[in-house]
Amino acid sequence: MKFTPIANGYSIPLDSVPALGWPDFAACLADGVRRGQRVSAYFGAAGARPDSTKLYAILADDEANQTFAGLTEVEGGSFPSLTGEITQLHLFEREIAEQFGLVPVGHPWLKPVRSVRSWTKRDAWQRKAGEPLVPGGCDFFKVEGDEVHEVAVGPVHAGVIEPGHFRFQCHGEEVYHLEIALGYQHRGIEAALLGGPDRRSLHYMETLAGDTTIGHATSYCQIAEALAKCQKTARAQVIRAIGLELERLANHIGDLGALAGDVGYLPTSSFCGRIRGDYLNLTALLCGNRFGRGLLRPGGVGFDVDEARVAEFRRRLAIFKKETYNAIGLLWENQSVMARFEDTGRISKAIALELGLVGPAARASGLACDARCTQPSGIFRFAQIPMSVQDSGDVFARAFVRWLEIQKSIDFIQEQLAVIPAAMPQPLLGPLAPDSLALSINEGWRGEICHVAITDSNGRLARYKVVDPSFHNWAGLAYALRNQEISDFPLCNKSFNLSYCGHDL
Amino acid sequence: MWRAIVARLVQGHRTIKYPRKPAPPLSDRFRGRPILADLSCPSGCQACIEACPVGAIRQDPRLMVDLGRCLFCLDCALACPRGAIAHSAEYRLSARAREDLVAPMAEDGALKAAALERRMRGLFGRSLKLRQVSAGGCNACEADVNVLGTIGWDLGRFGIQMVASPRHADGLLITGPVTRNMELALRKTYDAVPEPKLVIVVGSCAVAGGPFIGHAEANDGAGNLLPVDLYIPGCPPHPLTILDGLLRLLGRLPRGA
Repeated sequence: MKFTPIANGYSIPLDSVPALGWPDFAACLADGVRRGQRVSAYFGAAGARPDSTKLYAILADDEANQTFAGLTEVEGGSFPSLTGEITQLHLFEREIAEQFGLVPVGHPWLKPVRSVRSWTKRDAWQRKAGEPLVPGGCDFFKVEGDEVHEVAVGPVHAGVIEPGHFRFQCHGEEVYHLEIALGYQHRGIEAALLGGPDRRSLHYMETLAGDTTIGHATSYCQIAEALAKCQKTARAQVIRAIGLELERLANHIGDLGALAGDVGYLPTSSFCGRIRGDYLNLTALLCGNRFGRGLLRPGGVGFDVDEARVAEFRRRLAIFKKETYNAIGLLWENQSVMARFEDTGRISKAIALELGLVGPAARASGLACDARCTQPSGIFRFAQIPMSVQDSGDVFARAFVRWLEIQKSIDFIQEQLAVIPAAMPQPLLGPLAPDSLALSINEGWRGEICHVAITDSNGRLARYKVVDPSFHNWAGLAYALRNQEISDFPLCNKSFNLSYCGHDL
Repeated sequence: MWRAIVARLVQGHRTIKYPRKPAPPLSDRFRGRPILADLSCPSGCQACIEACPVGAIRQDPRLMVDLGRCLFCLDCALACPRGAIAHSAEYRLSARAREDLVAPMAEDGALKAAALERRMRGLFGRSLKLRQVSAGGCNACEADVNVLGTIGWDLGRFGIQMVASPRHADGLLITGPVTRNMELALRKTYDAVPEPKLVIVVGSCAVAGGPFIGHAEANDGAGNLLPVDLYIPGCPPHPLTILDGLLRLLGRLPRGA
């Protein structure tokens, strides 16, 4: 028995994904990962019987450009943990434990993910019903020994930033271990999506991670369109992709400015802080909102462009391009910047692969995974953006991958604006197909965004799984701090720049 | 070294002249207040009320919009069978009292928060240090608060600064609907700010809960937990809206602005 192939951006009938017995399911997962496939999602859903839980896995094969869906159904309150064999499952299993009250037996570090109650009557930690749950309230991994000390930071940090708790085990200035506790931002989005789509669904997507409004909205729209068998226009797909690349530009440029600020190099820091806003304003030129709220709607886009708007867009972009090159070019020739970037927070290719990292963090460690190339959807099936890969795995590599991607994204937008397809009437979205499973994978600026939807017999959402790239990558940040100076934490943190709310949902 | 100096010349001085000069132009598609332009609604039509994802519109008997709840999305405008709803370009939206954000949908114009009373203005008018707390914010409000610190806006020229410790702060600037999991941290941060102190809420979430209104996992905004001195609505509010609100609170805008 094998996992079922499912094309990115399409839906398949639920009964075409057979429930495998546990040994077959575990063997397929392990075999896939051994052959280089990534676990894009692994999540629970209500079972067919009162005491059973379905477990779905989505595997992505970046080399063969394929995705697969697997299903098994487990009885009772536990299932065997596979984390010992497949490291990248560690957080997925913890999430299943928290949401469904199932104990992954043998999990090496079974802690809650977001400190919330399960959706079932079970609790994987046998906590009492009235007991208050506090994120960061569990025990942390502790290093003991002479002169080993612990540093606790957060949830409220020194900057204008989302909340999270960081616990460092240090020997002098050197970090032996970092553990990150999240969940402070949990707003209950996955539970609220059940029974939808409704009038709030798209707004949940746009605010799931506000800096990734277009990324998550794109995946949601693709899911809805796949389930409604709705063919959107080529023009809408181009406008969506321009929005997605603008989001990448604004965030990457902001990140490079912030990295420059963290090493005390103020010219690039100051320039990029402003230039980032210029790209946000280009998004506002398209749809009125700097973060792209309202740009996408299931079935197409909320705003079209005419010739005058395209001309104005191209005029501004040409100016911003020059200023961007000018501001960021300074970084790579400044020795004090390079001395701080190079060899800081290094993650080897083997570790990146084992942890299942995605996005610029993975590509900085030499992994060739970029959903725009390896799992293309929308206009990226026709217009490819070259993948940017580095191999040193340090802060420099994570910064330089961003710089390469900035250049490629500007070129892509300029190319697309020159050949924007003709306007056609946008289709209306019909009802969603019942008893189906839909998958959408997109490359957001932080990395792979994976959405999976399962509909019930009435075509309503019976389960909607969101995997933000941060869900894969927080472990990468923790690992990058190993044997680093604790004073390098801000720099390492910024080189990942992960989402708290995208993780906490 | 020389290239950095040349770059400085190329990039130029870019801080906006506002409020001495007019505000920088916004996108022609910018969505300010949703305005009902034509009052001849057919009797019984509830299209905009039903379309609103957060219940911001109600009939009383005129159509009223709660700009604290409003996400400034397109849903009401698209739902109106007569196409009578459009967004104005009004960016000046701030209020000292929650109820001031509820207005007839037919009305346009600025919502202008009143300045602090004399004693508080004397304390904070020329130097206001704020501790920002994100309590379930999606990082859009946070990002556009951060923007005010960049050279384009240079919040420091008004004496307003985001500080690292609540002990150094004159007040809190809160974003997000205040998730249950951040409630304790927010209270502790508030308690750590010395008296007298201000609470400023930024964004639909912190004002009223935003898209998460009614969720058991959040609190429908900071006003349910703390006394609020200034409401700045928006999803997220434009940096200009945030700056406008802050400057009004401190009485720093020219008369009539």
